[in-house]
Order: sequence, then C-alpha cells, then structure tokens
Amino acid sequence: MNDLTPTREQRTAALEGMGCKRKRVEDIRFTQGRGNYVDDIKLPGMLHGDFVRSPHPHARVTKIDDSEALKVPGVLAVITAETLKTVNLAWMPTLAGDVQMVLADGKVLFQNQEVAFVVATDRYAADDGINKVIVEYEPLPPLVDPFKAMDADAPVLREDLVGKMSGAHGPRKHNNHIFEWMVGDKDLTDAAFRKAEVSIKEMISYHRTHPSPLETCQCVCSFDKIKGELTIYGTFQAPHVIRTVVALIAKIPEHKIHVIAPDIGGGFGNKVGAYPGYICAAVASIVTGKPVKWVEDRIENLTATSFARDYHMTTEIAATKDGKVTGLRVHVLADHGAFDACADPSKWPAGFFNIVTGSYDFPTAHLAVDGVYTNKAPGGVAYRCSFRVTEAAYCIERAMDILAQKLNMDPAELRLKNFIKPEQFPYHSALGWEYDSGDYHTAMRKMMETTGYAALRKEQAEKRAAFARGETRDIMGLGVSFFTEIVGAGPSKNCDILGIAMFDSCEIRMHPTGAGIARVGSKSQGQGHETTWAQIIATEIGIPADNIMVEEGNTDTAPYGLGTYGSRSTPVAGAAIAMAARKIKAKAQMIAAYKLEVHEDDLEFDIDGFRVRGLPEKFMSMKDICWAAYNSVPPGMEPGLEAVSYYDPPNMTYPFGAYLCVMDIDVDTGVYNVRRFYALDDCGTRINPMIIEGQIHGGLTEAFAIAMGQEIRYDEVGNVVTGSFMDFFMPTAVETPHWETDFTVTPSPHHPIGAKGVGESPNVGGVPAFSNAVNDAFSFLGSKHIQMPHDFWRNWKAAKDLGAVA
Amino acid sequence: MAKTHVTMKVNGAEVEGLVEPRTLLVHFIRENLQLTGTHIGCETTHCGACTVDIDGMSVKSCTVFAVQADGSDIITIEGMANADGTPSALQEGFRMMHGLQCGFCTPGMIVRAHRLLKENPSPSEPEIRMGISGNICRCTGYQNIVKAIQYASAKINGVEFQEAAE
Repeated sequence: MNDLTPTREQRTAALEGMGCKRKRVEDIRFTQGRGNYVDDIKLPGMLHGDFVRSPHPHARVTKIDDSEALKVPGVLAVITAETLKTVNLAWMPTLAGDVQMVLADGKVLFQNQEVAFVVATDRYAADDGINKVIVEYEPLPPLVDPFKAMDADAPVLREDLVGKMSGAHGPRKHNNHIFEWMVGDKDLTDAAFRKAEVSIKEMISYHRTHPSPLETCQCVCSFDKIKGELTIYGTFQAPHVIRTVVALIAKIPEHKIHVIAPDIGGGFGNKVGAYPGYICAAVASIVTGKPVKWVEDRIENLTATSFARDYHMTTEIAATKDGKVTGLRVHVLADHGAFDACADPSKWPAGFFNIVTGSYDFPTAHLAVDGVYTNKAPGGVAYRCSFRVTEAAYCIERAMDILAQKLNMDPAELRLKNFIKPEQFPYHSALGWEYDSGDYHTAMRKMMETTGYAALRKEQAEKRAAFARGETRDIMGLGVSFFTEIVGAGPSKNCDILGIAMFDSCEIRMHPTGAGIARVGSKSQGQGHETTWAQIIATEIGIPADNIMVEEGNTDTAPYGLGTYGSRSTPVAGAAIAMAARKIKAKAQMIAAYKLEVHEDDLEFDIDGFRVRGLPEKFMSMKDICWAAYNSVPPGMEPGLEAVSYYDPPNMTYPFGAYLCVMDIDVDTGVYNVRRFYALDDCGTRINPMIIEGQIHGGLTEAFAIAMGQEIRYDEVGNVVTGSFMDFFMPTAVETPHWETDFTVTPSPHHPIGAKGVGESPNVGGVPAFSNAVNDAFSFLGSKHIQMPHDFWRNWKAAKDLGAVA
Repeated sequence: MAKTHVTMKVNGAEVEGLVEPRTLLVHFIRENLQLTGTHIGCETTHCGACTVDIDGMSVKSCTVFAVQADGSDIITIEGMANADGTPSALQEGFRMMHGLQCGFCTPGMIVRAHRLLKENPSPSEPEIRMGISGNICRCTGYQNIVKAIQYASAKINGVEFQEAAE
C-alpha cells in the first residue's frame, strides 16, 4: 500500500454504482439534438400514410369513394376495411380480449375513428388525398353518458357482439356491457356495514384524461418482399409484445419480424398498445413494397389513441365512532369507450384496482367493477401508474378524508389510526394482495414533522376564522395523501399478456478488456435505463458503469421482455439484471480461484474483484478476470463471460409515500396557489437518487395537471372538445409548483437488490393530495366532495354553490 | 404544386432548397436539411419542441412557412455547441442538473434558453419560468430545467453556481 493505492471509498466511487447520482449517459446525445426518434428515420423510397377520420361519434358508413383521392399527385393507395379484409386484418385483437376495428367496418363508434388510410409520397400529398376521400355517413344516436349505457333503450354500439352474452371476462348483462369483475367477501362486508357505527358513501369520479407524451405515437414499417421480412421501427414501450402480436395477427413468422424501438419521447402508458396506424402502415408497406411512415399528430393523439381513467367509483367505508375502519365497499362504473382496449395483464379487466384498500387494515372489503361501452375513443391505459392503481389510490384517499370529515377527526390522525402496522408485513389484504414491506407510521410522522403539519392546521383554523369575519377571501386547504402502490407486474402465477408471462430479462456479455454490453427486455422512454442499469451491474460485478453499454428496444438482439410500464422495469428487469450479473460474478469467481490457485470458497468479493480471505495481497480484479475468461479458464470450463437471466418475480412490490399539499384558493376567482408540496417516497433501495428525484418531479407535475384541469371531455352529442394543447391542460413552468422531496428506505424483501420502483408513485399519490387540498379548503363551508378536475372555474363554481360567492 | 427557391443561413452555413409555399419551416429543417434535432410535438404552437432561433428571436418552426424564413439566419440545436464542438454551458447545465429525461423537448428548450440568456444573462427563477413558458416538458416538472439554466447563467457570467436550497 502506498499513497497512490486507491482507498476502498475511491474504488467504490470509481464504479459509479448503485446509490450514486451518476449523470446520465443519454444526455450527451439528447442535449446535442442527436437523439434518434422514430420520425427521424428516413428510409429510401419511404412513403407516408395518414388517416381519414370520422367526424361522427356514432354513424353507419354507407359509402367510401376514393376515386378522386387516387387522382391526387403523389397519392398511391387508399386502404379501407375492405382492403384489410383481404388479408383478414379489418379487425385486430386488443390486449383486453376484445376486438377493435382497424378501419371503420360498416360503422364508426367514436369521433376521429380511423376510416381510411391514404398512402402518398410525402405527408403533404397524403393530406391532400385525405381531403378528396368522400365518405358518406348515416348518423346514429350517440351514447356518451356511461351511466346510461345499460338502459333498456340505450343504442346498441357493438353490433358485432349482439347476442354474445359472454365476453373475455365472463357474462355480459347488456349489449353495451363488457364485464363485471368482483373481488372480496360480499357477505362479510355487507355484515360489517350493517353493524357499522358510522359509515360514509360517495360517488367519486376520476375523469377521463390522456398520457399525451410530447412525442406522439408513430412507426415506420418496411416489408422486404424478397426475404419476406417485416421491420417495424416504432414508439413501443413493449417491443417484444408488438412482435408477437404482429406474428399472431399478420401470420408472418416471428423470426422474420424485426421490431426496433429507438429513442422514445415519453410514453406514460400511451405507447403500450397496438394501434390501427401500426397495422395500416405494415399493410401499406406490404401492398406497395416500400417503407411507410405513420406519424400521429397531436389532435389524433388526444382523440384516438388511449385515454386513461374514466372510473366512476361509488365508495363506502364502515367504521367505529372512534375512527377504526371495519369495511370497504366499492362499485366502479368503468367507461371503456368503443372497444375494450385496456392495457392490463390479461386476467385483470380492472387492472389491480383491488389495491383499493390502500394503506389501511380493512378487516373486510368488497369490490365490483362494471365495464361499459360508450361512443368514445378506446383505451384505458395506465397513465403513469400501475394498472388502475391511481384510480384506486384516489378512491381510498378521498374516501378516508370524507370519513375524517364525518368523524370530525384530523385526516392524518385517521390514517395513523388505521395503517397496517410494520409487524403485520408481509400483509394479506382483504382483496387478495400480499404487501411485501412497509413502515407507514414512520413515513407519515416524518412528513408531519418536516412540514410542520400541526402549525399548518393551526394557521388554517385562524384563516377560516378570518374568512368568517370577512377579513380575507382566501381559503386554505391541506391535502394529505398516503398511498400504497402495487407495481412490478408480475408473477407468472397471476400476470400474463396474451398468455406470455410477465417476466423480464437481461443478457450481459463481458468483453476481454473489462468492458461489456447489457441487453435488457425493458425499454426506456426517458427513465434513463442506459444510466441506471449499468449502475446495478457496476455494483454487482465491480466493473465501472462507464464500461457497461446498455442496449434496449431491438427484438433481434435483446432477450424477450415485456417492456416498460406500470413501474415494472426496476422490480422485474432490474432484478433480471442483478441476477444475470450474479451469474457473471459466479463464473468470475471460479476463474479467479483457478488463477489465484485457491479454492473458490476461499475468495471474497471486494468492490471490484476477488480477494483471498486472510491474504489481502492476493487479489484479482474483475477487469483481469474478464481477460482471463478469454484465454485461461479452468480446465473443462467454456471460455467467455456471458450470462442471461429471465426473472419471474415471486411477488409484486409495494412502494408507498406520504404527501402533503398546501393550497390557497381565492373564492371570488377560483384561482389557486399551491403554496407548498412535500412528497416523501419509499421505493426501497435507491439506485440513482438524482433520477429518482427527477421522476418524482415529473410525476407530481402530471398529477398536478390531472387534478387541476387536464381532462378529455366530450359534449352531450359525442364531440371531443379537448383536442389540442389549447384546451387540454398542459402545465408550463409558470403554473407548475415547486416540489420538495424526501424519502425513507424500506427495501423489498423479495427483490434481489431490494428496489421497488418509483416512476409512477408521484402520480398515484399526487392526484389525491391535490384533490384533498381543494376539498379540505372548501370543507368548512359545508362541502363533502367536489369532483375533479379542480380548475379555476370549477373552484369558483364550488364557492358559489356553497354560498361563499354572491 | 409550384416550388419556390429559398436560401437561408442555418447554423452558420448557407443552405438553399426548393419548397412548396405551404412547406413548414420545421419540415424543411428536418427533412430537406436532415437536421432532426428540432422536434414536432403539437403542430399548434403550444409545446415549443420545434423552437429555433431566427434572426435573434425564438420562433416555433411548426407554424412558420419555409418561404417566410427566406433570407434569414437560423440556429437550431445542432448549432448550439461551442465553436470547438464542446457542449455549450446550457448543454452542460442540462446534463449536470438533470434537466431532461426523454429528451424530446430538450432541443427546443435549450434553443429557447439560449435566447433567454442572451436577452437576460442573469434571470431570476420567476424570469426563467416565464421565459420558458412557451416550451412544454412532460417529464421533468421544470424544476431541474430552471436549475440547468441557472447553472448555464452562472457559467456564462463566470460566477460559481450555487444550487438553491430545497
């Protein structure tokens, strides 16, 4: 040892492994405009496709005349449902077990539905062609209100399903009914309500909104007729699933389909599903023999691909007089639009909504969900949340506040009284989940202490008195939210997509000079996987993260994975990465033992190599082991240093957090000011605190948008009235509040590195915090529940309805 | 459709092309010049992903015709680096302060911030927030973008960057 020998701290730091704020690898290209997004791809001879869309929400299509369109210079083809029928692709299967029209087949079921696909030499010519396609419609009565979907006289939307009184998820009660899903013990729960000293009941709606990543959905399809191979570049959160879906529906052998997801400009759930644009571009490429690009514009994105939420949740809690919850009963009316295209694991028609018991020890609960068709766009994606988890968290967190109000208890105290206790983990919830780990009391108390919760309540009481005296027109609200997420889908015993278990995967190849490549089945859309995956490997095998290249999104090279959504990348792919790295390490240990001439049990791993126990000078670095793997492995061992892991998680992970929003609202204008927002997250082991913080900032901003105004709204005759960023609330830097972040660490006991996933927590926990703040502000004026979104007008309206404004 | 000849200076180089009168500047930049760092996010002038610098002003190139930019001097994200090719203070700041995630808004955001700092080399936080309010980011929540611009401002002014306490 001398002064030049690096210390253990220096050796650890040099790895830039787990726990460090490693700067992102991706940023070098992104900050220079050198990203490679789908619309940047330009192939020789490439054509452009674009849609003729329906102006009607519900109509028969009586005639499509493309003769004038085909005369437009540059227009090469017009594809309709009739064209697609020749290749049996007029309809496509959805992830939810339904079928969806690729192009209007006899009728249209929502405004802006895809009717015909015009293929032309450039995007301008395609647009010219669209304007010349003549479509004749015979309007039908639209069904907009989901509460009227199962009326006896409701118009029949899905004529293809008439008489089929059983769907993918069991019996259907009405032509416009999709499924009924029930979980829990009804008798026990009904009994709890009969015996209840106190109960509350409220219809809590979570409005329809949209993930709307800044890059819309797009693809380039290129069919090679000679080889019979189809290459699809696309904005895919789950490229392997897309490959399998294409193989199944287009009858192209799966090894002849190459799906490549390049850089993706945000996903938030929007880019999980398969859309008509992908099918039409592929068919157009097969028909024309040329590559075909399809790029959605923003209006199309907002109105046609994958809305989120639209859950109407009638919620009841039974409790004792002193505030101990004894039962939960929820009925959900779920508006799925014209086709059931929810992106959930196949057996879960309402996703994991049965996490609705939240962070509380409910002895019994019962849940029923009815899905219905309406004349709205299909979708139902998990917009920055695990499947329907944000709906569930909003439902229970609003309901707990309503109960607190009825009991005249502080909402934080009510939560503390009902939390699952640390010693109850692993905890079996009344609706069937096994929570892996948690320490809710510590997180909640830390939030209350850090924010000065008691003092804020005191200030609120003073403000209310001042308001009553007429000294101020501001009202103050404290929004408490304590959420438990369920992420990391999921174990093969209960999670699959179209029969494929929801594992994930990693392949690591170490090169002779001590660098390597890791290929992973996940697909970053901004999460920074190229940075964080290398950090896991760096810590596991002692090779600097800078020497590990991470590659995702090419189905020819990456091992099969189920992709990135539902905060599943760290819980599932992250585990596969650690397990693959451990296989590398195990082989490296054998090589080191051979080279150091000791038994492998005599070696211990020491940051960046193996050391002989008791003989600290006998050490072999991982870098040297990589070299040895290619020239002097033990007799009988295969050369090379590679490993593959497919990880089937034993359980989900359950991140949690305690949030507080402090808001002031001017009753005369409805204008709000988010004075303070504090978010404490517990995502288990933290891989890169910088990236975690960034994810929380972003998720909170999306939660803020949703709670305070971001809505996909239809008028009473089915016109979508929020079709651009003019009408669809997108917060800018001016509206967006300042975020305070904090954390506790409760590792997942079943995950190889103890990590739980974090990207979606802030959206799940944030929405109820904002909504509870608004509701808390108005509660002293006599309101019980005000529906989201809480924009200025609705706040003013609430104040007026409560008599606070003349 | 009849085409018009346009010439302009883009990132210091004289370029020319034949465009239809309706060709949007962003398409001319992305498809004719193959400078794909400038992105399209909304087509309605709201999101700012297509922001370029034209004659010293931040302009959303999705709602300008290429013919309108005839004779102008344009800088895109590809022209933002220092003369020696190293990342500019802003490009460095965005990376150091984690001011980006998916990267799609980033070129427009950096091009806008470049002009903001030219107009106001030491903006306050509210001035930064107002100054980038024409650019939407869906990933970061803006807080780290503000820091990235403060980082660049400090570097340009030759003062030490002090991160504001949380």
